Amino acid sequence: MAERILMKGNEAIAEAAIRAGCRHYFGYPITPQTEIAAYMAKKMPKIGGVFLQAESEIASINMVYGAAAAGMRVMTSSSSPGISLKSEGLSYIAGSDVPAFVVNVQRGGPGLGGIQPSQSDYFQATKGGGHGDYHMIVLAPASVQEMASLTIKGFNLADKYRMTSMILADGTIGQMMEPISFEDAEIESYDKPWALTGTGMQRKHNIVNSLYLKPDELERTNFARFEKYKTIEENEALYEAYRMEDAEICVVAFGIASRVAKNAVAAARNEGVKVGLIRPITLWPFPKKALRQAAEQVKAFVSVELNMGQMIDDIRLATECTRPVSLCNRTGGMIPSPDQVLESIREAAKGVN
Amino acid sequence: MEHKRVTLFAGHYGSGKTNIAVNYALRLAGEGKKTAIADLDIVNPYFRTADSARELAEAGVDLISPQFANSNVDLPALPAEAYRLVEDRSLYAVMDIGGDDRGAYALGRYVPYIREEGDYRMVFVANFSRPLTRTPEEALEVMREIEAACALPFTDIVNNTNLAHETTSETVLHGLGLTEQLSELSGLPVWLTTAEERVAAELAGRLSEVLPMRLQEKYFDLPEQKGPPKPRPLFG
Repeated sequence: MAERILMKGNEAIAEAAIRAGCRHYFGYPITPQTEIAAYMAKKMPKIGGVFLQAESEIASINMVYGAAAAGMRVMTSSSSPGISLKSEGLSYIAGSDVPAFVVNVQRGGPGLGGIQPSQSDYFQATKGGGHGDYHMIVLAPASVQEMASLTIKGFNLADKYRMTSMILADGTIGQMMEPISFEDAEIESYDKPWALTGTGMQRKHNIVNSLYLKPDELERTNFARFEKYKTIEENEALYEAYRMEDAEICVVAFGIASRVAKNAVAAARNEGVKVGLIRPITLWPFPKKALRQAAEQVKAFVSVELNMGQMIDDIRLATECTRPVSLCNRTGGMIPSPDQVLESIREAAKGVN
Repeated sequence: MEHKRVTLFAGHYGSGKTNIAVNYALRLAGEGKKTAIADLDIVNPYFRTADSARELAEAGVDLISPQFANSNVDLPALPAEAYRLVEDRSLYAVMDIGGDDRGAYALGRYVPYIREEGDYRMVFVANFSRPLTRTPEEALEVMREIEAACALPFTDIVNNTNLAHETTSETVLHGLGLTEQLSELSGLPVWLTTAEERVAAELAGRLSEVLPMRLQEKYFDLPEQKGPPKPRPLFG
């Protein structure tokens, strides 16, 4: 068995990023993700990397933009209000088609909100967040091991598609500790002929920019970018199915909510309720096909979320409203208990029978 | 087990200080001692001594924790009541110090009282499964940083090497070997080994000083991470 280390979710992201070849970290502290910066501050100087605490979130995301334009594996991390501040930069990065890796360890909102866990930045992450037509690849880990493996995957996907990939975690997964290993991580490498690395007087200079003087040119660029998004939607959607074989009720939950939901599904199965769980691992692209297939089999869906109901819209879109979808939620830093989820499953089952 | 009047647990963040402090306080109370525990962690607003408030209250342990613990007020402030631990010499005091040197700064204000009385044990908690303390040398570095921050030298080491629910007696014994090396490097004795109670039971015949610990079950534990139902009470 591979060597096991006991890590906090936030530390796992930082260590995985280093292993993925990230040598540039720019950030600004905010609870509950501060351990990422603390880990980078300790490790980067020892391995010839850069850890820089910028004067603000806005400065840090623009430093990411710069390093990404130079073809470096680079990242930043923050929590909800900090990601809002970074959103302008995220839009510029999207408009310039450079790869970046961003972490949002969510806390309760809106506004300054609170420091307890939340999933209320689902819309912000999956629908763009900043201005303009764009997407980010959004990865939703549900364990400390996945914090590590999806970080490495996130760097790979960002380079592969020249765009931002984001880890959308929450305070619980950021703070909790579990044993993990790194051995089977596959680090992919991509040529970056577009990067600003100096021409050496050997080639025409590259330009990285999100400003287009001609509207038709900007339109063509947007069309081309959305062709790329279509490829990603077809090829990169990830999900986990749990006890779905004969399910009549399908619980949908990601991240920390999926762990609570899993316990509730197991409890409901013990009561004889035929229920399963689909856990989206990529939130964008959303695993539409899996949901569409599930809609042919199950009679109802239950969306478990730590917000006022955001992913529930994507479930309805994916299933084209062919089945009822109910919401089981807590918000403001609260987390549904397995009993609350179990009760929602029982309610959904009543409608079925 | 021989006890000092004040026992302080410090170490790298995530090394297990809070769990050990809580379980040690329960042990003291179980031995009939008037016990108080103070949460002096000003670094991490999560995983607090206050999470065990019910168990501590049931055992008659007095809990002193920051006023805003487990709320949204991410405010590094300590309660004035914490002075009771150093001033009231009739009780056994357990102090849970924040992680790393940053957490240990808060201890500095109590150190003159602790030194003057001279009846204390300053314990370094070591978990060699943690990423930044994988070797005795790395652990020694953290140890020195903490001592420099709080101006109180360590007197003892506890081996708390664990991999959460994956911990076996081998994990603990491997950690003990590294703890013994840290003991040689630092000149400090290994006071205890701590382990979750099921693992501690396996180790009972093999090690002399083992403190079995009962850990908090978490709502997000997956079925495979949950142990069998636990008998109560642990210290009867």
